[in-house]
Amino acid sequence: MNRLLSAIPVVLGITIIVFLIISLIPGDPATAILGSYATPENVAKINKDLGLDKSLPERYLIWLGNIIQGDFGRSFSLNRPVIDEVMERFNATLILSGTAFILCSFLGILVGTISAARQYTLTDKFITFIVLIGISIPSFFLGMMMILTFAVRLKLFPVSGMYAIWGGGDLPDLINHLVMPSIALAIVATGVVARISRNAVLEILRQDYVRTARAKGVKERSILISHVLRVAIVTILPVLGLQAGFVLSGSVYIEIVFQWPGVGRMLVDAILKRDIILVQGGVVFVSICYVFFNIAVDVLQRVLDPRIR
Amino acid sequence: MIDFLKIVAKNRLAAFGGILLLIIITLSILAPILPLKEPNITNTADRFMVPFEGGHILGTDHLGRDLLSRLLWGTQLSLAVGFAAAFIAATFGSILGAIAGFYGQKTDNIIMRFIDMLMAFPYILLALAIVAALGPGLFNALIAVALVNIPFFARNIRGVTVTLANKEFIEAARLSGMSNFRILIVEIFPNLLPMIVIAMSTTVGWMILETAGLSFLGLGSQPPQADLGSMLGEARSALITNPHTSFVPGIMIFCIVMGINLFGDGVRDALDPRLKKGSLIRPLPQTIYEGGDTQPQPSTKLLSVQNLSTQFHVNQDIYQSSNDVSFEIQEGECLGLIGESGSGKSVTALSITSLVASPPGVIKKGSVNYKNQNLLALPYEELRSIRGNKISYIFQDPLTTLHPLHTIGDQLLEALQAHDSELSASESISKSKELLKSVQIPNPDNLWDVYPHQLSGGMRQRVCIAMALINDPELIIADEPTTALDVTVQAQILNILNSLRKERKLSILFISHDFGVISQLCDRVIVMYAGSIVEEGPVKNIMQQAAHPYTSELIKCVPQLGNKEHALYSIPGNPPSLNQLPEGCAFANRCKYKQDQCLKESVPVSSKDNRSYKCFYPVGGVA
Ligand code: SF4
Repeated sequence: MNRLLSAIPVVLGITIIVFLIISLIPGDPATAILGSYATPENVAKINKDLGLDKSLPERYLIWLGNIIQGDFGRSFSLNRPVIDEVMERFNATLILSGTAFILCSFLGILVGTISAARQYTLTDKFITFIVLIGISIPSFFLGMMMILTFAVRLKLFPVSGMYAIWGGGDLPDLINHLVMPSIALAIVATGVVARISRNAVLEILRQDYVRTARAKGVKERSILISHVLRVAIVTILPVLGLQAGFVLSGSVYIEIVFQWPGVGRMLVDAILKRDIILVQGGVVFVSICYVFFNIAVDVLQRVLDPRIR
Repeated sequence: MIDFLKIVAKNRLAAFGGILLLIIITLSILAPILPLKEPNITNTADRFMVPFEGGHILGTDHLGRDLLSRLLWGTQLSLAVGFAAAFIAATFGSILGAIAGFYGQKTDNIIMRFIDMLMAFPYILLALAIVAALGPGLFNALIAVALVNIPFFARNIRGVTVTLANKEFIEAARLSGMSNFRILIVEIFPNLLPMIVIAMSTTVGWMILETAGLSFLGLGSQPPQADLGSMLGEARSALITNPHTSFVPGIMIFCIVMGINLFGDGVRDALDPRLKKGSLIRPLPQTIYEGGDTQPQPSTKLLSVQNLSTQFHVNQDIYQSSNDVSFEIQEGECLGLIGESGSGKSVTALSITSLVASPPGVIKKGSVNYKNQNLLALPYEELRSIRGNKISYIFQDPLTTLHPLHTIGDQLLEALQAHDSELSASESISKSKELLKSVQIPNPDNLWDVYPHQLSGGMRQRVCIAMALINDPELIIADEPTTALDVTVQAQILNILNSLRKERKLSILFISHDFGVISQLCDRVIVMYAGSIVEEGPVKNIMQQAAHPYTSELIKCVPQLGNKEHALYSIPGNPPSLNQLPEGCAFANRCKYKQDQCLKESVPVSSKDNRSYKCFYPVGGVA
């Protein structure tokens, strides 16, 4: 509960920063915000809606008040309320990023642990090498290569999109479309998580309590799982929270490459069309969701670690 | 600096990364003077040529432009933008961080709050918002990427500054009347520089990738200007028909980022002292044993350690922690093992069941005879069935030796279950609780679901003792079990051990640096110095009259009530370093009785009755 309250200043800060950035736009705000949609009626309307003739702090408060009521303004390029569009798109992003996040957490920890437990063996070297490639390859390039190989050449998966245009729409169809983009999105984060897990596990293996477990005669496998991994997960959790941000960020590229109808693609389109209100709404909405996600990670950490309970 | 480069160069991967980067950077810098075709001349007739067609080494793109030329110019642009972004982020981030760290208090609070807010964003959203406000364009993308990375620098530099600001030379500068601002510029900034450079080297790859990413999205460089990202972005529409146009810029970005990662890792490893010491090496479940199939001498005793030599190999140095050590423990005997810290007593004790962290530890030779088998040469599974079952340990600091995330109850049960106990679940629990009572924990139920950090040191050590006893072992090895505790608690723990010992006829190997503790508990004692046993005999006789000068010094260290001078006595001088032990007596540099002979010849062991010692000129002429 306390953690939830502590989110309030952060969320306020996010809104202030976004608001300030958007207000940086040089020139008449109404024209700037509307861009190519700056018809006289629209200008008059937005001036009234947002109180653009008022001072900066006043405008912020009005805007904030609207947001709290769930009103993120209206997109001019799409001619619909921002919140409706964002919610719809966010759903798609969540499916993609969530899958990639789960993938990178499990795979990363698994691979990193194996690598540490087999330090300096061929397995370890092989994993380290793959991880190095994984963290160096730009996800958008990887995505393109995957499309070329698995979709175009091998015809294993659809080239792009979230559902098939004809006759799709069910879960198997979604999964079929999800495989490539989620893997492409997860690769970099998996590499990072694997690296950190490997180091964490190596560090923990040197701890006195591992020696105690060995002195007790506990089997090496259960030492690894119940002693080492247990602590490793607690130390890796904050990193996972951070990685979620990276996955969410990377999803912008992946959504473009795979034509995934998510928030990232919406934002890029909106920027190119100079639909500032849509950008503003999308950024604020997703950022706030991310704040709450991090709170959840924090709470989970407390649950798993009795020392900070 | 030279040393540093040497270390980096030794790391083959880092060197490879460095060279790869160097080649790329050189080529891109040389782009203006290389005999390249014009990057921006379009010639639709020549579009989508494959590599080597029509004199285009890498082929042409969708407008018939020479790809090699575009690649090098694009690389130059991408590198320049990435480095510029890193530089801007480093400058502003470091300034913010240094100010926050140096002035502290309110300034710190305000700045760091702001930084935290920036970090609350998924970074690309912030970048997108900035680009949205400023409009697409390479310069704006650069600004966005730089801004987004400011928090990283601010945080790191703040941390370093805080530690610097508390250093003595800063205090001195203050006292000499230097203004805060001057201190910041003259004293602190030069010390921050290496840190800033490192932070830059670890993030520049990121920033190149990020700016390329924004360009890829069409938000960065605008045509005809092209960096690697926008080249890839333009090539995407022809991905399926002409993939080579995508490969060219894509692989280049990959090479740059990998080069920076490899090189950066090498730099970090070279600077991280932990890695130098090789401490991030995983200790094997069993110490490496190089004694082959050494057969131990037959022995009638419970356990007989024979010619044990354990070494640590760190970098080029060999530390001889336990040097040809031999001793025996009888059934029901409590044998003390005493020495200063670093004398090799713990290593000796851990060697018995191959628990020495390895690498870097190696058991060079020797054997441990337990029931006519050499413990050191046992296969892992057989050793495991002895550890904690027949031979168990109690360690020094129960806070670090108990697992922090498991309850006391679970840890006790685990010790029991590790050895396939035939007890049912409820029997196991009641046996564990019974044991907790026997170490004078009156209400085991209250303790069962508690975590180690919630207990006092004394309670924790009782738990450890109970855990060591749980499989009714034949030998308990107690490695300084009372050292981390208060004096009164120490006495309680010693009492518990003493009464358990009598009740259960336990054999104990009790390690301590304190003759007072040893004399309360042990029958016999062996004294170790610099990895070797220097004296051995019944505790009573040795306390009365030590033979080895080192032993008598150790006895002098025992605090005596009412004698304040004694309470503070510690042996003057330091033991020799274990990687360069002297020819003669290792104690010679601290010994009052030293003669020339002691320095030249290695000292033989003399023994008489049940005592032995390793000294040419024993104290009080005991010989
Ligand atoms: S051998 Fe010599 S130097 Fe060594 S302890 Fe004995 S008297 Fe001292």
